[in-house]
Amino acid sequence: MSRAASGRRAAGAGLLAAALLVPLVPLLLWAVAGEFRYPALTPELSGRGLALLGDPAVRAALGTSLLIALTVAALATVIGAAAGRALGCHTFPGRRAVQLLLLAPVIVPTLAVTLGIQVFLIRYGLADTVAGVVLVQLIPTVPYVSLVMSASFAGLDAGVEDAGRVLGAGPVRRLVHVTLPAVAPGLAVAALFAFLISWSEYILTLLIGGGTVQTLPLLLFAAIGSADLTAAAALSLVIAVPPVLLVGLTARFLTGPTAATVGFGRL
Amino acid sequence: MSGELAVTGLRVAYNRGVPVVDGVDLRVPGGTLTALLGPSGCGKTTVLKVVAGLLTAGAGEVRIDGAPVLGLPAERRPVGMVFQKPLLFGHLTVGDNVAFGLRMRGVPRAARRSRARAMLDLVGLPDVAGRRVGELSGGQEQRVALARALVLDPRVLLLDEPFSALDAELRLRMRELVRRLQRELSTTMVFVTHDQQEAVDLADDVALMLDGRIEAVGPPSSFYADPPTLSAARFFGGVNEVRGTVTGSSFACPLGELRLGVPAPDGPGVLVVRPESLRILGADGAPNTVPATVREARFAGTHRTVVTTAGGIGLTATVAPAVPVEPGDRIPLQLPPSALRVLPDTAATDTTGADTTAAATPAAAAPVAATAPTTEDEDVRA
Repeated sequence: MSRAASGRRAAGAGLLAAALLVPLVPLLLWAVAGEFRYPALTPELSGRGLALLGDPAVRAALGTSLLIALTVAALATVIGAAAGRALGCHTFPGRRAVQLLLLAPVIVPTLAVTLGIQVFLIRYGLADTVAGVVLVQLIPTVPYVSLVMSASFAGLDAGVEDAGRVLGAGPVRRLVHVTLPAVAPGLAVAALFAFLISWSEYILTLLIGGGTVQTLPLLLFAAIGSADLTAAAALSLVIAVPPVLLVGLTARFLTGPTAATVGFGRL
Repeated sequence: MSGELAVTGLRVAYNRGVPVVDGVDLRVPGGTLTALLGPSGCGKTTVLKVVAGLLTAGAGEVRIDGAPVLGLPAERRPVGMVFQKPLLFGHLTVGDNVAFGLRMRGVPRAARRSRARAMLDLVGLPDVAGRRVGELSGGQEQRVALARALVLDPRVLLLDEPFSALDAELRLRMRELVRRLQRELSTTMVFVTHDQQEAVDLADDVALMLDGRIEAVGPPSSFYADPPTLSAARFFGGVNEVRGTVTGSSFACPLGELRLGVPAPDGPGVLVVRPESLRILGADGAPNTVPATVREARFAGTHRTVVTTAGGIGLTATVAPAVPVEPGDRIPLQLPPSALRVLPDTAATDTTGADTTAAATPAAAAPVAATAPTTEDEDVRA
């Protein structure tokens, strides 16, 4: 790699980090602030915000959020990758219609869709359950994953699988040793997307979870509703940190050449 | 471990349409290289993919050393394949790419490594095992693809125009490499190409494929010295054609009565003669000498191409660069009787194509000359 290219790459990663971290500074200040009124230049330090994070309700919500987001990411990646493969590698009658149908939840307001689905979830006893929330969060996540994966699969030469086949790899080993490694960067980006969408989802969780399934965004909105800035800031930090860490860890994919090949630019 | 490949009555159709391959018979003796030659779209890659197991045959049989293989999935056939593109696995190093097939067979890591290295040495890439695939040039990638296929010691290696994306100079070097590997490993190989020069350069036998069937099989020289059909003669290019009628050993045509050195059946036919067989400014009184007018004389480096007309017919000759002829010259042009062949007209060739194939196949390894004229005899009399 040339010096200029590696310099550009480092600058890109630095810019990404700055863009992600700078907005967190005021949050950090609010989280540790007690009284902070004019004309004070620095806030009066308070441990209340951080102490709040030790609260059992917050810890439970963190656990629920993680459970839901990880499950949604895993399921959406599997489903979306299968759809993306069909769309990216094959042409079949009605392909465009399927593409549109997959994107529909992104185009149509999710709220409208969910209100319609809620009835069924209640009928099947899935309302107010974590399983119900996971299911409904697949609606906005699968389209993104399938979009990313169809671009990723379209960039994969179908002949590579034939090559693996002639070299003695059966269907399962072809998937494990040839296909999945080839689309791994796409899978990582897609799973990250799904996780992030689920992690910050509020309306769907509220509607289907019915207040029984408490996730971090729900607590945050409650704190904002009661005008408790310190609590809101502390909760925001808890919500913001895992995504920042994740993006930081996958920055290699997001700024590297793979970002373009998996269609990151399109989104 | 002889690796004889026998394809019989192969028929392949996509989506139940017109068959792209119909009635293909091909026998490749163990340890030899057969070039499957034909224009693009003639079905040669289809034949290869059926042998490899990547396509399903509608009818016919493929045997390797006598054992039918069509029932086996591709991953269990004793067949290796090198594709038009290298199709290396980008997430693996070069060495791991070569060792991939061994890994699928459960060969222990240490043995895989040493065999992969040995094979990379053999294809002339001794120090690249640890490199990433993206760091290789196009020619190196195809060498790795060759090593990856050969390390499994396949009984038949299929090569699907593997060098068509490389530049001319590199293509020549790769041909030499394939020839050397074939000799050293004595692997049976089928090499698909649309380039007759490549086919002639590489192959023990050339199987010419036109329109989904095998037109003729024979050693490369036979296609020049004794073309089995008019289509085959035309595919190899540059051949002169004169229409006329055979009576005994003489051929009546606009050039006059020509003497034939090789017998041909009585009746109408097309006389073919290669440009390099024609003699100009020959000795007086040589048989089959006709007066000709030079229309064009082009210098082509190793030879001169002389375009003439004789009896209203265009005849092209290639001569030594020093032969002094200029446009407008009237010269004696000799058609040596031994170089003349009379073949059935194209129409006849088309209708009897299937017969030619059937007759040529059992003796695929024998020179075309042994089978083709017999077929023509029957065709013309019928």
